[in-house]
Amino acid sequence: MSVSEKIENGPGFEPPLITGGQTFASVSRKISEITERKTTITWLLAFGAAVSVLLLLFGSVGYLFWEGTGIWGLNVPVAWGFDIVNFVFWVGIGHAGTLISAVLFLFRQRWRTSINRFAESMTLFAVICALLFPSIHVGRAWLLYWVFPIPNQMGMWPNFRSPLLWDVFAVSIYFTCSLMFWYVGLIPDLATLRDRAVTRVRRIVLGILSFGWRGGNRQWKNYELAYLILAGISTPLVLSVHSVVSTDFATSIIPGWHTTIFPPYFVAGAIFSGFAMVMTLAVIARRLLHLEDFITLGHLEKMNKIMLVTGMMVGYAYGCEFFIAWYSGNIYESFAFVNRAFGPYAWAYWIMVSCNVLVPQVFWIKKWRTSILVMFVASILINVGMWFERFVIVMSLARDYLPSSWDYYKPTIWDIATFVGSFGLFFTLFLLFAQFVPMIAMSEVKAVLPAADPHHGGKH
Amino acid sequence: MATVSTERVYSVLAEFGSPAELLCAAEKVRDAGYQKFDCHSPFPIHGMDAAMGLKRSKVGYIAGICGLCGGAFAMWLQWWTSTVDYPIVISGKPLFSFPAYIIVTFGLTILFAALGAVIGMLHLNRLPQWFHGLFYSESFKRFSDDAFFVSIDADDPRFDADRVRVFLESIGGRNIEVIRGA
Repeated sequence: MSVSEKIENGPGFEPPLITGGQTFASVSRKISEITERKTTITWLLAFGAAVSVLLLLFGSVGYLFWEGTGIWGLNVPVAWGFDIVNFVFWVGIGHAGTLISAVLFLFRQRWRTSINRFAESMTLFAVICALLFPSIHVGRAWLLYWVFPIPNQMGMWPNFRSPLLWDVFAVSIYFTCSLMFWYVGLIPDLATLRDRAVTRVRRIVLGILSFGWRGGNRQWKNYELAYLILAGISTPLVLSVHSVVSTDFATSIIPGWHTTIFPPYFVAGAIFSGFAMVMTLAVIARRLLHLEDFITLGHLEKMNKIMLVTGMMVGYAYGCEFFIAWYSGNIYESFAFVNRAFGPYAWAYWIMVSCNVLVPQVFWIKKWRTSILVMFVASILINVGMWFERFVIVMSLARDYLPSSWDYYKPTIWDIATFVGSFGLFFTLFLLFAQFVPMIAMSEVKAVLPAADPHHGGKH
Repeated sequence: MATVSTERVYSVLAEFGSPAELLCAAEKVRDAGYQKFDCHSPFPIHGMDAAMGLKRSKVGYIAGICGLCGGAFAMWLQWWTSTVDYPIVISGKPLFSFPAYIIVTFGLTILFAALGAVIGMLHLNRLPQWFHGLFYSESFKRFSDDAFFVSIDADDPRFDADRVRVFLESIGGRNIEVIRGA
């Protein structure tokens, strides 16, 4: 083994973040070209498929507004069904964006630059899908404004002691902050697109959208600090949003829900599922758009490690819940958990455990951790598992204190159509993003190239 | 193109080859006593604030004050709506059950601070600003791609197009351009 090989394999060695000998110009060109060229056939086919599924959403939501929530499988005792499962599922997915853009930024994890735009966009779209479900579950969607503290002729105000209202604030603030974070990050890249524009329409539209950015250090100075502040204040949001979502359950007195482990357990699960979704999309986009030099195997491997860690946390939470249920000596609590694992929804419970606890264990092995096929399949299975996690939690309702009120919840065709349709919304938005917005933060990637360091090869 | 008499000079632009060269140039422009100048780059360059002699950005103060206002407003709103304007006892809790109000207070603190950071940043940067003299330059467009520029503004008290041009040349600037426009 030569000396250089030893250094490369030794501790503390950082392989280059961006490969393929990229220059500043090649970064601009490769990323911008994706948004400038004519749409490809693959994109059109995918877009057509996504819009078709989106129409399914429009249809099922339209029928819901016409007929009411009776078209869903909800009933007492399971008064919350697919709608809250899907809400928590989508909000959870929407957590990777802030984790990557804010937390990893504060920890100076420079590898985030290749995937942050991607993850932030995915977050926005996932949160839009999430917001859909509680909004349509209220039944009278036209009265939705009651959730906001708006002075009204009835002289009423929202109940600020309710976790459902906390949710409204937590999720809508999360969406607003993520949107600002995303757009601020986009300004320099939109300026790049503006300066490359050849048609008049593009020049005008991109000129307006980029606010007249001139990249002077007097602008960068304020920009960088604003970005740092956004990262700093968004970091508690990563922890708070899903914690607040978990209080929807934890503040109730339903066995299996009323536990203090819920906030951290939900947050770990959210990051876990969010990274899985970023992985699924990154693997596809990287292949189709030839971004292998930007989203390298190194990036994917790091994400797999995060999934391994958060998957173990989720697994620990599953175990801990069982332990506490037994240790508490509370018969209802113990019953709720035995019922989860061996009751009528045992099939869902074991899907959840296999997908969330067993599947990520493949990432212990470097060969599998760096295999595109393994990580792609694993990321999909993890999201299946995370959907079932929420399903299992919500189905605690099916067997509550009184055996006479027990029931078996089954979704109707409309529940399923709305859920499938939300994927149409997600992928339609994502495909539009992939076609029209730079997928990778060019100015940030340029800043991590070796040539960007003022001490690189210079005399300074 | 308009006639020469209606045109004015906006600034002088010089290109530099690398982040390191731009950093050296910034120090020299600063030491030569120019104040209204800027260094344009596709990405922020570490150490440029010191090289240009710039103070720390004020965005932090704006965001901090906005955040505190947001938190205070949220607590006030929840107190006023649930004890004064619409007092209803819910699950036997006191009217001003402030522990339950922390989450919305926290949320609005973050929201206002984030809005303060973004709007404050745009305000300090005078954005959106869709017209600027530098946009007359064709070569300036490359700042967002891979080029590094120093621009010295005509508003600078020491500005004189010819002297600035010679000065920028002497510190290693290339493709020097006097930017004129209507």
